[in-house]
Amino acid sequence: MLRVRFFARIREVVGESQLELPLSAETATLDALQASLGTRGEAWRGALTEANLVRAVNHQVVHGNTPLAEGDEVAFYPPVTGG
Amino acid sequence: MDDLSQEELLRYSRHLVMPEVTLDGQRALKRARVLCVGTGGLGSPLALYLAAAGIGRLGLVEFDTVDASNIQRQVLYATGDIGRPKLEAARERLAGLNPHVDIVPHALRLSADNVMALLADYDIVVDGSDNFPTRYLVNDAAALAGKPLVHASVFRFEGQLSVFDARRGPCLRCLFPEPPPAALVPSCAEGGVMGMLPGIIGSMQALEVVKLVLGRGKPLIGRLLLFDGLGGEWRSLTVDKDPHCALCGPGASIDRPIAYTPDCAGAEAPAQVSAEEVAARLAADGSLQLVDVREPQEYAIAHIPGSVLIPLGELEGRLAELDPARPCILTCHRGGRSLRAHALLRLAGYRDLQVLAGGVEAWARRVDPSMPRY
Ligand SMILES: [Zn+2]
Repeated sequence: MLRVRFFARIREVVGESQLELPLSAETATLDALQASLGTRGEAWRGALTEANLVRAVNHQVVHGNTPLAEGDEVAFYPPVTGG
Repeated sequence: MDDLSQEELLRYSRHLVMPEVTLDGQRALKRARVLCVGTGGLGSPLALYLAAAGIGRLGLVEFDTVDASNIQRQVLYATGDIGRPKLEAARERLAGLNPHVDIVPHALRLSADNVMALLADYDIVVDGSDNFPTRYLVNDAAALAGKPLVHASVFRFEGQLSVFDARRGPCLRCLFPEPPPAALVPSCAEGGVMGMLPGIIGSMQALEVVKLVLGRGKPLIGRLLLFDGLGGEWRSLTVDKDPHCALCGPGASIDRPIAYTPDCAGAEAPAQVSAEEVAARLAADGSLQLVDVREPQEYAIAHIPGSVLIPLGELEGRLAELDPARPCILTCHRGGRSLRAHALLRLAGYRDLQVLAGGVEAWARRVDPSMPRY
């Protein structure tokens, strides 16, 4: 299984703070996972097609795509700007 | 002139007895020159704690005045300061707190033309601003000048911070290469923020500044610290430099700070219509759609009769509820979100679109004085 976590505005828009998903072709890489989450509905598409998301795998920010493995924790963070 | 007077020795005695500080550390704090961008929610604890700690020169960048809605989190100001320039009130408060600190007010809006010169007089920059254009300007300038930037932002019950030092680690653009489209970004006024959040995160920023000055501990370089106040959880992410970063990567293309415009860059300016005119048109034209893009909890405080609630975040998914063939007027609290909704509906093909100037706030002031304001 993969654990997928959402933060700040993404969490509010999709209405979930985390999901557990089986590892499959749709979740084999970070890009594939993000694309597949985006097909869950209009709100998901809007929140996850934004180019400007920080994506972290096991608490490490990832630049570019990366393969995912059993037990990985993937987290999506949008930019926030309040001060 | 970095020697400490008797009065200062007594004042800082709780610092001086710690092996991580000592007299040498306190002298380093006194020699330090720190620029604090923004004196709002984050800037309040930042300025208070840095002044209290004996930072020698504290520059403050701000051009706003104190508003009644600031006091809930901007603890630098008192109720009696409402309406005063923030810099004036801040200077008074900080001078009263610690007369040994040289408070330098910079009453200006940062721009690509002034930011490099401003940073030249400081060793460390702290970002307590509340908008992306300022954050990117400050990030670009700090990286280009080779100075550390203590970055933070807050959203409702969440906060994040990091130290960007492009000489040793990533910068803001390594995390978020470009500012997000304005249509997607709520400000504190629109998103809301719990007052303690900037208190907690701004205090952490002040601590990072002191660590950098003392050269003690592990600064948050290459780490992004995230706080979830509702969950009561901290998370720490490691962040490497992005090899493709346009500012600090090997193939960097940015060689001067980039200015972004605050609202809907590139979007066509929407037609604004006054509250009085909206009232007249609502009475005369049954086909008019008045769409309120605030949140349900705001709508519950006050709304214009006949308006339809579709929060900005849901608008894209609920276009089917609107008829593009009928005229549409957008409203929100004060006008910010309706501009972003306007850009979104424009892209979706809506043509007969206008924005209620000043939002429901203007309606309460000019059409229905009995409507609650917030
Ligand atoms: Zn960078």
